[in-house]
Amino acid sequence: MTPLPAPRPLSRLIGSPEGRLGIIAVTVFVVMAALSPDRFLSAANMTSMAFQFPEFAILALAMTVTMLTGGIDLSVVGIANLSAIVAAMIMTRLTGDGTGLVLLALAASLGVGLLAGLLNGVLIAALGLPPILATLGSGLIFTGLAVALTGGSAVMGLPPAMAWIGNSTTLGIPTPLILFALLALGISLMLTRTAFGVTLRMYGANPLAARFAAIDVGGMLVRVYVLSGALAAVAGMLVMSRANSAKADYGSSYLLLAVLIAVLGGVNPYGGYGRIIGVVLAVLSMQFLSSGLNMLGVSNFARELIWGSLLIFVMIVNTRRPRA
Amino acid sequence: MSDAIQPPAPPEALITLDGVTKTYAGITALDAVGFSIRAGEAVCLAGENGSGKSTLIKILAGVERPNRGRVLIDGRPAEGLTPRAAGQAGIKVIFQDFSLFPNLSVAENIAFSAELGAGTRLVRRARAGDLARATLARIGVAIPLDARVETLPVAHKQLVAIARALATEARLIIMDEPTTALTEREVRVLLGIIRRLKADGVAVLFVSHKLAEVLEVCEHVVVLRNGAKVAEGPARDFDAASLTRHMTGRAVGGQAPAPLAEGAPELMRVEGLGKAGAFADVSFSLRAGEVLGVSGLLGSGRTALAKALFGLVRPDAGRIAVADRAVPPGDPLAAARAGIGYVPEDRLTEGLFLTQSIAQNVAVGRLDAHAGAGGVLDLRGLLAEARDWLGRLSVKAPDPDAAVRSLSGGNQQRVVLARWMARSPRVLILNGPSVGVDVGSKAEIHGIIADLAAQGLGVIVISDDLPELLGTCHRILVMKAGRVTEAIAAGGVTEADLAHRLAS
Amino acid sequence: MTIDWTRNETLVALVILAFGALAALSDPGFLSIATLTDLLRGGIVLGIFATGVLVVLISGGIDVSFTAVAAFTMYATAMVLNAVAPWMPWWAALMLGAALGAALGAINGVLIAGLGLPTLIVTLGTLSVFRGFMLTFVGQRQITTLPPGMREFGRMMLVRGENPDGSIWSLHAGILVTAGVIALTWFILHRTLLGRQVFAIGGSEESARRIGIPVRRVQFLVYVYVGALAGLAGMIHASMARVANPFDLVGLELSVIAAVVLGGARLAGGYGTLTGTVLGVALIVLVRNSLIVLGIPSTWQSVAIGLLILIGTGLPAWQARRAARRAA
Repeated sequence: MTPLPAPRPLSRLIGSPEGRLGIIAVTVFVVMAALSPDRFLSAANMTSMAFQFPEFAILALAMTVTMLTGGIDLSVVGIANLSAIVAAMIMTRLTGDGTGLVLLALAASLGVGLLAGLLNGVLIAALGLPPILATLGSGLIFTGLAVALTGGSAVMGLPPAMAWIGNSTTLGIPTPLILFALLALGISLMLTRTAFGVTLRMYGANPLAARFAAIDVGGMLVRVYVLSGALAAVAGMLVMSRANSAKADYGSSYLLLAVLIAVLGGVNPYGGYGRIIGVVLAVLSMQFLSSGLNMLGVSNFARELIWGSLLIFVMIVNTRRPRA
Repeated sequence: MSDAIQPPAPPEALITLDGVTKTYAGITALDAVGFSIRAGEAVCLAGENGSGKSTLIKILAGVERPNRGRVLIDGRPAEGLTPRAAGQAGIKVIFQDFSLFPNLSVAENIAFSAELGAGTRLVRRARAGDLARATLARIGVAIPLDARVETLPVAHKQLVAIARALATEARLIIMDEPTTALTEREVRVLLGIIRRLKADGVAVLFVSHKLAEVLEVCEHVVVLRNGAKVAEGPARDFDAASLTRHMTGRAVGGQAPAPLAEGAPELMRVEGLGKAGAFADVSFSLRAGEVLGVSGLLGSGRTALAKALFGLVRPDAGRIAVADRAVPPGDPLAAARAGIGYVPEDRLTEGLFLTQSIAQNVAVGRLDAHAGAGGVLDLRGLLAEARDWLGRLSVKAPDPDAAVRSLSGGNQQRVVLARWMARSPRVLILNGPSVGVDVGSKAEIHGIIADLAAQGLGVIVISDDLPELLGTCHRILVMKAGRVTEAIAAGGVTEADLAHRLAS
Repeated sequence: MTIDWTRNETLVALVILAFGALAALSDPGFLSIATLTDLLRGGIVLGIFATGVLVVLISGGIDVSFTAVAAFTMYATAMVLNAVAPWMPWWAALMLGAALGAALGAINGVLIAGLGLPTLIVTLGTLSVFRGFMLTFVGQRQITTLPPGMREFGRMMLVRGENPDGSIWSLHAGILVTAGVIALTWFILHRTLLGRQVFAIGGSEESARRIGIPVRRVQFLVYVYVGALAGLAGMIHASMARVANPFDLVGLELSVIAAVVLGGARLAGGYGTLTGTVLGVALIVLVRNSLIVLGIPSTWQSVAIGLLILIGTGLPAWQARRAARRAA
């Protein structure tokens, strides 16, 4: 078999899904900049964007890891809100020194995320519930608990230390951005360099063969959903920090956005393919689009319309183009 | 054709294939195959698994379209043949996987094609029931019409699939390995039906790798090997030996495995293993260096037994012990830790991660062994070990990072073997080790099995490929209806005899 | 009559009875005509939605966009009728709604059947597209004056009577529409070849293709059907509520899917009964309307439904897993 000629750099870029995403991100940036040059390209906007995207980007990371196994976690927003509300209630009900209290609350919030993920994992791995149903039901429960705990209203009056994570800069870079970058890097390394990550991807590629290869499928699935729950809790904490309050229905549009980003980022919803760099580029594209649309005065509803259309468009393109 | 008085004009062939070629992603499944089938004629398509028979059937059924060449029906080319068009042209197929609807009843499954063809909008249960009852009666079988197909044993499912093809007016019935689950009595009934169909002017394309059946029922034989037609002619021009020679490309092996060393220690002992609805009271022992064959009809419990030994299926009764230590049942991870390995029947869906690289496919069993603190992998060590095993098993893969689906069937099978070999198993269970593998690789895989045995492993081969069993195994266990009915020593039986013992 | 304890329908019926008993114990006034008609009223729209979702699930797919289809249909139709054809009688208005719903469903059909895209994600997308389109281009303000046809339908009562305390109970005529939809769907699913083809495709899409079932055409029709039913349900909802609020209905998807899945329909396709769906709807309506009677505040409603979904599908899933382990 004669080897194919080495592809030219440009066609190789277009050929890879991540290369295409890079082009899309740059294109969206340029278009939005062209439509509102003064405001879009301002330092204020750049900073603002850098503060905004990490919260839904981390949710997209959670969605990505579960999608890689051929499943999905529809409860991430519910977990984010519930864990934030638990933290907020600790911070507002208990008295104590600011930082210590905040750390306790955050630990509790992470604990809620881990437990919630554990519930999902057990439902899916041990009972064999389809992930759609399991996370649909559990998501309802988590949101419902959040509503029951707060009566539907926001929990306010958080200690000032809480605002630090979501609104400060460290070494000149917004702290949320650093947090997201660390998480993205960590997950990317996990997926390629640890037994857990490789097992995860192999299972997504062929669940049946994974069982036949004597891989601990059940243990892996539980850990994936626990990870998703933990990431959701972190995202919820960021939202709470920036909004300085916690509410049961924050970020309700973030679920669609997380799915959109994962799919746009090249993650195959049936499992087996997906790269973190693709997700990061998709996050950036969506942030540029969101900020740009905001500046053009496009309403929230129109944004929903655009996101939905984009999701469908991306699915069509990904299906049309044969996988390399 | 016979030397009878020639009819005034040569009969138009019902179906003709002309230079039909089909490729899938670089692999040639069919290579310019051409032959004809006449009305009232039974043509046998003989060939090993992987010779292209299934692809040819799919093309005739309209499920796939040829890349080159054409199909002629009544002398006219059939452009863009779809399953519906094929059905309307009178082509009915009994697929190897039955293609039934598990959630629907027996009657509905049998009558569905008829209902489709009749173009009726409304469904009348009584009409479907009558048709189903009548068709089953033709085969001489009684199966509850309201039973959901998924609840039926395999043999009944096969009979329902056969009934469905017979339920409507057909001009050509294609049968793809229709007897894999049937006993000799049921096979006899089916062959009788085929004779009646021929008398009615219906053509039959009978696809099988079982030589005795092939020669008994057909006038005309076409032999495929590696996608190409290698022989064709009247059935009386062939016999078992010549057919085998054409199908495999080499003379009948007739080789027997090297004799077992005296005093080889017992490696695995199975006592009273049972699983309700699948098999019962299975006991045997396996010695180091021994190759044990397990065979039986489809549905005899042989695959369930293999899976139970590896923990994919949880037995209700009995014990499994490797090197005198009990193996916890129903847990593949425990079985693997105890030193049992399992190479599955269907490597494409059960064995390989097709989109992943060759190296990853081999390394997937050794992830924990190469994981350090925090689960971080020693990637270099892992991949070096994988490449080493690829070399040891002579896998032709110039680039271990290429996707495994780019390999040929034989090399793919070796990748799965390499994965298990890297875990240094004591007992290796191979389910259908050379299904869909080309002839050259098949011989090499048999060589690998002999090598494994020589190294002191115990090997269990599940197969219904009789020459393979006779050529590799020291002992063969025959399973019927879930029980081990006999254990035959190598060299103690001929192929025809073994076939008879399996299916009687 | 032999009772099959392993079937979802039996379990749901039991839970309904238990719920009813508990509620009656808490509040003796629970078992009254007023409660019954209240529950029936609550089930009118939900029942039509659930019937459509059942058909989709049987075919092996899933649709979460139907509430957006319903909202779009009722809002746009009310607006158009008010502006252009206020003379339209109620039955024509309902049919117009069904037609518009069918057209929206056809979009889903093209994407799923025509292009073969995964059903959950596509309908997540169309949910946002339909809703976003409506709120951006059609309008955001409630329509408080409905066209006369819809108003007339909203007032249609089948029966009415007086409670002991002087208040009126009534049973809305919409229940007849729901019953009709259920009957029609039963007929299609069990008496027509098309319906059997839906089951076949859900059972094994590949086998269906092989015997010549026009899989894509059937799938397309399934999504058109659920769209039509959603449009009809939306019209009835607006008529009964006396107002077309574009923000209504979305958010109900989970309850509807819960009802259908509780009733025994499988996400993987090929299985599902109308009896089960009706029972599932009854249970969900009971939970939504009657938690108060049991002393559970309405803020716990989501939790209750979520728990129902998990237990109602988890138990059968666990049983199926144990059965699969028992089998070979």
